[in-house]
Amino acid sequence: MDNNTPKRDELLSVGMAHLGLKKVTREIPDDEPPALPPNAGLNFIGRSSPRWDAVDKVTGAACYTVDVQLPGMLFAAVMRSPLPHARIRSLDLVAARNFPGVRAAVTLIEALSDGSAPAVLYVGQPIAAIAAETLDAAEAAIQLIGIEFDPLPFAVDLDSAMKPDASVVYQKNEVAHIPFIGFPFVGELPLEGNVRGPNKMVQGNINDGFSSADFIVEETFSTQVQTHCCMEPHAIVADWHEDRLDVWMSTQFTAGVRAQLAATFRLPLSRVRVRAQAIGGGFGSKSQLGQYGKTAVMLSRMAKAPVRLVYRRDEEQMDSGNRPSSRQHLRIGASRDGKLTAISLHAWGSAGVAQGAGVGNIAMALYVCPNLESLQYDVFTNTSPSTAMRGPGNTQGAFALEQSIDALAEKLSFDPVALRDVIDLSPVRREERRLGALKMGWAQRKSPGFDSGPVKRGLGMAQSLWPTNIQLNAACEVRLWRDGKVEVLSSVQDIGTGVGTLLKQVVAEELGLRPEAIEIRIGDTEFPSGPPSYGSRTSASITPPARSAAWQIKNALLQSVASHWRLDPQQLTIQDSWIQSADNPSQRMSWQEAASTLRTDRISVVTGRSDDYAGFRSSHGDAAIALNDLGGVQFVSVAVDTQTGVIHVERVVAVHDCGRPINPLQIESQIHGGILMGISYALLEERIIDPHTGWMLNPNFIDYKFAGPSGLPQIDVMVLENYQGFSATDAYGVAEPANIATAAAIANAVYNAIGIRINTLPMTPARILQALHGADRRTC
Amino acid sequence: MEAFEWQQAASPENAASLATHTTTEAMLSAQGTRAAFTQAMLIKAGGVDLIGLMKDGLVSPVRLIDINHLPELQGISENAGGGFTIGALTTLAQIATHAGLMKHYPAFVQAVTTAASPQIRNRATLAGNLLQRPRCWYLRSAAHHCLRKGGEHCFAYAGDNRYHAILANHDGCAIVHPSTPATALLALQAQIESVSANGVQRVISIDDFFVLPSIDLHHENVLRTGELITAINLPAPHHTHRSAYLQLGEKTAFDWPLAAVAVFFAIDDKGICQQTRIVLGGAAPTPWRAREAERIIEGSKIDQNNARSAAEAAIAVATPLSGNAYKLPLLCTLINRTIMKAATSE
Repeated sequence: MDNNTPKRDELLSVGMAHLGLKKVTREIPDDEPPALPPNAGLNFIGRSSPRWDAVDKVTGAACYTVDVQLPGMLFAAVMRSPLPHARIRSLDLVAARNFPGVRAAVTLIEALSDGSAPAVLYVGQPIAAIAAETLDAAEAAIQLIGIEFDPLPFAVDLDSAMKPDASVVYQKNEVAHIPFIGFPFVGELPLEGNVRGPNKMVQGNINDGFSSADFIVEETFSTQVQTHCCMEPHAIVADWHEDRLDVWMSTQFTAGVRAQLAATFRLPLSRVRVRAQAIGGGFGSKSQLGQYGKTAVMLSRMAKAPVRLVYRRDEEQMDSGNRPSSRQHLRIGASRDGKLTAISLHAWGSAGVAQGAGVGNIAMALYVCPNLESLQYDVFTNTSPSTAMRGPGNTQGAFALEQSIDALAEKLSFDPVALRDVIDLSPVRREERRLGALKMGWAQRKSPGFDSGPVKRGLGMAQSLWPTNIQLNAACEVRLWRDGKVEVLSSVQDIGTGVGTLLKQVVAEELGLRPEAIEIRIGDTEFPSGPPSYGSRTSASITPPARSAAWQIKNALLQSVASHWRLDPQQLTIQDSWIQSADNPSQRMSWQEAASTLRTDRISVVTGRSDDYAGFRSSHGDAAIALNDLGGVQFVSVAVDTQTGVIHVERVVAVHDCGRPINPLQIESQIHGGILMGISYALLEERIIDPHTGWMLNPNFIDYKFAGPSGLPQIDVMVLENYQGFSATDAYGVAEPANIATAAAIANAVYNAIGIRINTLPMTPARILQALHGADRRTC
Repeated sequence: MEAFEWQQAASPENAASLATHTTTEAMLSAQGTRAAFTQAMLIKAGGVDLIGLMKDGLVSPVRLIDINHLPELQGISENAGGGFTIGALTTLAQIATHAGLMKHYPAFVQAVTTAASPQIRNRATLAGNLLQRPRCWYLRSAAHHCLRKGGEHCFAYAGDNRYHAILANHDGCAIVHPSTPATALLALQAQIESVSANGVQRVISIDDFFVLPSIDLHHENVLRTGELITAINLPAPHHTHRSAYLQLGEKTAFDWPLAAVAVFFAIDDKGICQQTRIVLGGAAPTPWRAREAERIIEGSKIDQNNARSAAEAAIAVATPLSGNAYKLPLLCTLINRTIMKAATSE
């Protein structure tokens, strides 16, 4: 933010509401509203309300990208590699192009810069695409593409790809041009075989740290590849015109896709329009334009007609992103009093053919420890590229770290909660631990194997850590029409999280109207650029400018009414849709009458996200990181059948913080979603690749198993009101913290039940039985 | 999915005469090419499995012959002799809520009730459930032209076989039979009635219905083109009869179990087991009678010790593959628990 912006002092509440609040003075920009009182003093903010689009979604009225139909629209299909690694000897699209109904055909794989034949690197890699008048015709034409391959050796799993004699996915000179980028990603690292890295982080002296330790825990953990499983597949309708490009896309970031389209196709930003109305989930996999997005636009440009490209479920599962696998070797030293002396993390992960398979910063950042060492490597395999996925890195990282802390607590004879009170400096998480432990009945926790009989019960807990992201390139417009109608406009998209509901609540609160009176128009880049829906940053980025814009609109309206009444606007208040004079309550005017005093048909204010009032920890380009991280603590109880290996998660207590909660119902839903995804990751989900053909064996919702409504636990959610006085709404996100701790908490509960630590995900009956009884046991 | 024609059959015999292939044969004639099998005309009941196979490009019939509306294939009736006849098109949901079946054949109703999901049970027919193709992921992948589809190679032996068979699994193909109600029907000695195009009816003992890979690598049962199931008969109940079913899966719904067990006992007034049928699901290419276990129970009073011995005897002969040895203790426990569940039931 411009340092010359006029500012004023404002007294803001800080602290956890249930423990009592304090006031701090902060400088805030002059064009931002006064301090918003704590939720107890508000009408709509802090109150649960059903999501704004609930009726449309349950009645089928909601329009998803897959529902978009344009006149003359063509249908696209993609030809994909059947081989995990091969050189393309020849590729012939002529027969496909001549198939009746085909209007465009493009190749998606380029010859190398030295002119040599291009290679495919994984099964399912797009090679060519066809647009035709029907989907049947496009799919039939795909079958007519002539292609010859020279198969090459391949490696599809992390272990075989790391062997010295493994066939390499990339040559050293190719590594600078790898088009697939996962998350978290660090550039410019050396490549040796298939191993790229290390991404190194060191603090203090790791050897001294371990020398001074009284106790050391050391374990290796493995996590699997998880796919996003969005209910709405990746979908785009692209409509190329001579003078502009219109796109409808199921995306987590309309404004970002516009910028990528403008750059890719050399168009001015003003000539590209991206729309996303209802969106059926993203979880990180719909963050970018992606090759499929680019493909649809290329086909539309060639065919001079709108083109629809929607992935089938098997394409979704095979090639729309995934969470990288990991292998983490974690070593932690501590002194007798519980203080950590050293944490050493060596991690290898595979994002397939993509760079960026790290396990995040949680091991380096969650606990206080003077000596740290983190070496993280990407391992290339001939599998589809990973993308960001809910809590990227830290979800894998938490599985290792939080089990190791649990193991350390046992070695030190500390209760796991009490040990964290020593090593975790966050007062918010300390309170979350206290509340969660009470709610779960943690004091009744038994030793492993306490229960007689085959079913053993256990309690476990684990913590989340996620940096609080803010999008600085995030704006919102509030319009007031002369007939009293209020609209809120932003390109921000609602991917299922309910941001539209929050905007109604925030603007209604500021204007003294009811939320139903506020019309939400979002998911369209014709409106001011909103933030992406990833990184748990949407609420934090868009609700402050929405409130600021509403406040300025309110001031303009009061000014207009004040002129009408020949009063000072300071004397006017708005309550329950009525404007009245403070001195003379009988002088009042309805909202609509007040709006009719406007000189013009419509007034409008656009505001952008300002800096957090106390500043940021860091900022880079469009994004910044707030001073305090997001926390969250989860407690889990499980029952483990030691004769069948079946783990039943019986109850989860989740205590989370997200600054000021705006809509508790939606926050609870987000947390439920994160926990279900975490249970599913812990117990069920796994992408399975055939070792001999490189094909995904479970590219469907039957063999790729995830948690459904049956058998789910009781989930108790507690959300703190944690005021920090950082922005006009003081609201932050919760999506990722809700997912990060769950699998680790389950694993810790399983340990507490059976006394065996399960270091590998998913914790299937096969794994539990193997851990308990070894292989090939024929007794019961 | 390819476009197809739709025809409603006038009668079961009419459907049998119109069908040019069974679904199994239509998948077999594919031979990895798209052209060969496009002339098949296939019978469709609930369509739960068939439509999925069509969507996955594993079978592309030119015409579906719908039988779902035929009245002579519907309904559950009690026979004069005391048994029950269940029409081929009876849905799993109808079976799951039938008081007479619940009372007399608990193993069967328990198996039906835990199959698939509520939505699928509303649509899936009993005959369709018995005839569904195996879930082997190589069989169900168009990219893997496996032995059972007429190819040259079984991918499961050297590949990922975590969900494959641990018994009768070394004759070229290691599928497990996908029907869990079939395990209960085998335990309960059901009969299968069929009709052919020429109107010829036959009654097949369920003991003779399923086919191992050692006999036929391509088919799971003895039905051939031009023959369709009309009903399933359950023998008359008796006060000495006991039955029970248990399954265990990774998911609690909408998942084929890792292991399933159905048992049937006739226990006389002295508590002696006079008839014993212990059937394993998720274990072999057909619903599998664990005769080693049956021999231990037969003629004895069931107690915790011989239940366990029976379970261990059944597992002693198993021949697990590279990735499915975990099924041994799992099935062992499940056999033990299902025997005890039936023995202690009223």
